[in-house]
Amino acid sequence: MKKILTGNFAAAYGATMARVNVIAAYPITPQTTIVELLSEIVADGELDADFIKVESEHSALASCIGAQAAGARTFTATSAQGLALMHELIHWAARARLPIVLANVNRAMAPGWSIWADATDSISQRDTGWMQIYCENNQEVFDTILMSYKIGENEEVLLPTLVNLDAFFLSHTSQVVDIYDRKRVDSFLPPYNPKIKLDVEKPRAFGGLTSPENYYEFSYKIELSHQKAKQVIRDVGKEFGKIFGREYGLTESYMCDDAEFILIDYGTIAGTAKDAVDRMRKRGIRVGSLKIRYFRPFPEEEVREIAGKAASIGVIDRAISYGHSGPFFSEVKASLYGKTIPIYGFIAGLGGRDVSIREIESMVEYMQNNKPQNIVWIGVKR
Amino acid sequence: MSSDSTKKIKLTLPEEEVMSPGHLACQGCGAALAMRYALKGLGKKTIVSIPACCWAVIDGPFPYSAAGIPVQQCAFETAAATASGISHALSQLNMNDVVSLAWAGDGGTFDIGIQALSGAAERNDNIIYVVYDNEAYMNTGIQRSSATPHGAWTTTTPVKHYKKGRKKDIMQIMVAHHIPYCATASVAYPEDFIRKLKKAKQIKGTKFFHLLAPCPTGWKHPPDITIKIARLATETLVFPIYEVENGVYKLNRNVKNPKPVVEYLKLQGRFRHLGDEEIDYIQGVVNEKWNHLMKLIEAFGEN
Repeated sequence: MKKILTGNFAAAYGATMARVNVIAAYPITPQTTIVELLSEIVADGELDADFIKVESEHSALASCIGAQAAGARTFTATSAQGLALMHELIHWAARARLPIVLANVNRAMAPGWSIWADATDSISQRDTGWMQIYCENNQEVFDTILMSYKIGENEEVLLPTLVNLDAFFLSHTSQVVDIYDRKRVDSFLPPYNPKIKLDVEKPRAFGGLTSPENYYEFSYKIELSHQKAKQVIRDVGKEFGKIFGREYGLTESYMCDDAEFILIDYGTIAGTAKDAVDRMRKRGIRVGSLKIRYFRPFPEEEVREIAGKAASIGVIDRAISYGHSGPFFSEVKASLYGKTIPIYGFIAGLGGRDVSIREIESMVEYMQNNKPQNIVWIGVKR
Repeated sequence: MSSDSTKKIKLTLPEEEVMSPGHLACQGCGAALAMRYALKGLGKKTIVSIPACCWAVIDGPFPYSAAGIPVQQCAFETAAATASGISHALSQLNMNDVVSLAWAGDGGTFDIGIQALSGAAERNDNIIYVVYDNEAYMNTGIQRSSATPHGAWTTTTPVKHYKKGRKKDIMQIMVAHHIPYCATASVAYPEDFIRKLKKAKQIKGTKFFHLLAPCPTGWKHPPDITIKIARLATETLVFPIYEVENGVYKLNRNVKNPKPVVEYLKLQGRFRHLGDEEIDYIQGVVNEKWNHLMKLIEAFGEN
């Protein structure tokens, strides 16, 4: 069934179709309509779940951790300040190996108060052990939530996932979203049935004092799961394509095969980049766009294979790691270590500043006429 | 012992031991005793959420556990929120006979965890929350909390600058949330504690326990007088034993001839520096609080 949905509603329907058992969430602009729709869906009995209307984002994730550890499939959603408030529990959920799914509406961090798109909030959760995905459109938001449960709950993986969607550009923009039929979704995503959980028949203690003799191995196993997750992500993406007709991977390549210039991008900018590529191709410039879906685990192999063939690479970041560069830029550069391709780091659209097709074209023009730089500010008023 | 004599012994506590020995508590730890009694009252079908507190260590390091029930260790301020999550999962998974217990210290309850606790209580989530109050951050090495009483020494309120200011009244705060059940309890009166837990188990919604758990290490008293001190806390009116069920107050241990508060204070090194004037002040505070409780019982008691 096709529906006209905002990104937030696509996220709420994703959680609904995933038949989550427990939702714990707190309102924050621009995520709020996810919480609103879900509370209505649960109250109407459309979804048999418990909705815990907590007093903070901090308790939202703490409640999800408790519920997921007890054997429930859980969902929460937040944005910017809310995600930052969750930070301690973000670490906790990953180290506890709980495949929670969190929809984060990418929003800039205060001060000054900004409710507009910026990926710095989720990038700041980089080293927590969560998988992180950036969505380009509302269909991808819906599909990604379904896939994230399947991937995270895989016994080789057992990790939580942050599903990111840009503030307003997706959260409040309506697009056509294909909501698949119940039966097919249920066969794709069976009920959550963890082997190990809080169980009164087989009591176990989770998270106790862990000496240097053991902590190191826990960390090692999380990294091992991230590496294994890459193949699980590719496999689940292919299976999803077979069942629902939309295939996904760690990255998405657009016109990259013969490209001289490859733009590496994520989130909604990836959509604009495709239009820019089309326009430049008409003028005879061989440009391609490689969209990175997964920031963690980082698709090093895909980046090397696809972008490694280009003559010049530009990375577009709607975030900045102060004192160095755009966060995706540094990962791309590290992935291409040993190659001699010039790589340009473009910072664009911070705090929700629009990134136009023309500006993306200007990045390629910059690459044609200048030496590579770690940071090239696009549209900044100096 | 002959079989005849064993028959004559009337056990006032359930015989079953859920918690095992081999835990890591200090000698004479009130909190260790409290858990032992709590699990006698609640039984094996209990899942406990334990935030950072002494019990995060007492239970034993990975992969050991002394509790004998499933344990979810959780972040310092999240005992109530974690227990709420577990409770809702149990309800979704049709395991309504399992109790979700939150077990936190005074720091995790009076201070850093009060927001999550208030949230859970306002939602009336189906949990039993026990604060075992040893009146300071004992796990980190005896720092003052908002549960530390006036006059006490701690490492952050050293002798020359002992704690000035009254202990937060957590019971009044929780009663104000209009939850179905709030009670005080003490390791000196395990029968009372276990009776209350059994009652709480039958009540749906948030049940709150304020339990006094003396700490020989932090209170500076010999480990063999933990029970004596806990009993004196009640006999001197410092820690009255009462319950509030659906807003109705009931005193569970009447103290007809209260002992002077000095008898409680003098056994503890943490109060050793107090002079007569300070002790008189503390006596005054205790009397005032007791009178306030009596008025509440008179106004909102049974009949």
